[in-house]
Amino acid sequence: MLEARGLAAIRGERLIFRDISFRVGLGEALVLVGPNGAGKSSLIRLVAGLTPPASGELLWDGADALDDPPLHATRLCFVGHADAIKPGLSVAENLGLDRRRPRALVLEALASVDLERFADLPARLLSSGQRRRLALSRLALSASPLWLLDEPTTGLDAASVRRLEANIAKHLGRGGMVIAATHLPLDLPGARPFDLAGQAA
Amino acid sequence: MKPFLALIRRELILALRHAGDSVASLLFFVIAASLFAFAIGPSANVLSGIAPGVVWVIALLAALLPLNRLFAADFEDGSLDQLMLSGLPASGVAMGKIIGHWLTTGLPLLLIAGPVAVMLRLGGDAVPQLLATLLPGTMLLSLVGGMSAAVTLGARGGTVLLPLIALPLMIPAVIFGAAGAVAQSPYAELAMLGGLLALFLPIAPLAAGAALQAAVG
Repeated sequence: MLEARGLAAIRGERLIFRDISFRVGLGEALVLVGPNGAGKSSLIRLVAGLTPPASGELLWDGADALDDPPLHATRLCFVGHADAIKPGLSVAENLGLDRRRPRALVLEALASVDLERFADLPARLLSSGQRRRLALSRLALSASPLWLLDEPTTGLDAASVRRLEANIAKHLGRGGMVIAATHLPLDLPGARPFDLAGQAA
Repeated sequence: MKPFLALIRRELILALRHAGDSVASLLFFVIAASLFAFAIGPSANVLSGIAPGVVWVIALLAALLPLNRLFAADFEDGSLDQLMLSGLPASGVAMGKIIGHWLTTGLPLLLIAGPVAVMLRLGGDAVPQLLATLLPGTMLLSLVGGMSAAVTLGARGGTVLLPLIALPLMIPAVIFGAAGAVAQSPYAELAMLGGLLALFLPIAPLAAGAALQAAVG
């Protein structure tokens, strides 16, 4: 279980939010909402361990999660607003260059976002929505319990959004956890909205 | 160890797919060395005297060329976030990238340094000694340069700042390296280069890792 206690973030000289506390248990989803600049991305990067919190603590099963960042990183799969795609690599290679990973697993992950036909195409040929889907296919490949999604639906068509919702629902059904920042309402069973507006000083 | 080797493999494959970057620094090395030959004239006496120093300095400058993209490309497209979350400590990510830089820039420079030195009229028997000093020299530049690239990541004017940080740190290596290339018995100089390597081998990845954490944070 993930628990945040009194988290605060400062960017530059500006306090973005403070006193953020929440709990995400097994099979639960938290949907961060709030206007631009409310700190949704900052909170997600903070939970990922990319940014140290200005104050407060992040607990994983009761222990400090940020004590051991490499260990914390294995618990989560992060899809940021940048797609992290190398145009020179093929679509399949972008999911990792581990030769021992069975190709069937990679194709299965690509199938979860309907990209398996393009597996051997250079990623530079993908459209921006397809690049987004490729970034999201990392979720299907990861075995991590916590998914951190920063505006996952940007550039996705309606069918892809529904596919993403289905993938998230499946993950929650397996006892996974999801924290997503989004402007579009995501149709997720039992997702709790968490409003970041007005949390700044 | 697995994510670390995967990172180095990724660096090599990316370098092969974008071979232009590595080839550009090799071409710079060859062209800059030939400019010396053209400017100073073909006199074997003068050229062979300055050849080791010229090769050393130009190899450093050539190895600097791809450094400003070492972390910046991954920083801009979000790959650096994924690398930082790959289960490696930040210093491990930095070390993987530094080794990648040496394999794709330092090693090719080392291979081509021999012919370039011969072009500058250095006697064939003096070439192995020059290469023996350049081997730790290019490794040092990858370490020092990788550290500087991480420190200047995301900074305004980082492209200019990077050589201004890296080159002064390389002065001891240049002094001992170029001296060792022409010394009667280069063991003292090689030992000094080895000492510098032993100094930067732990410091550079740790400093670069801390800088990467600050950059993505």
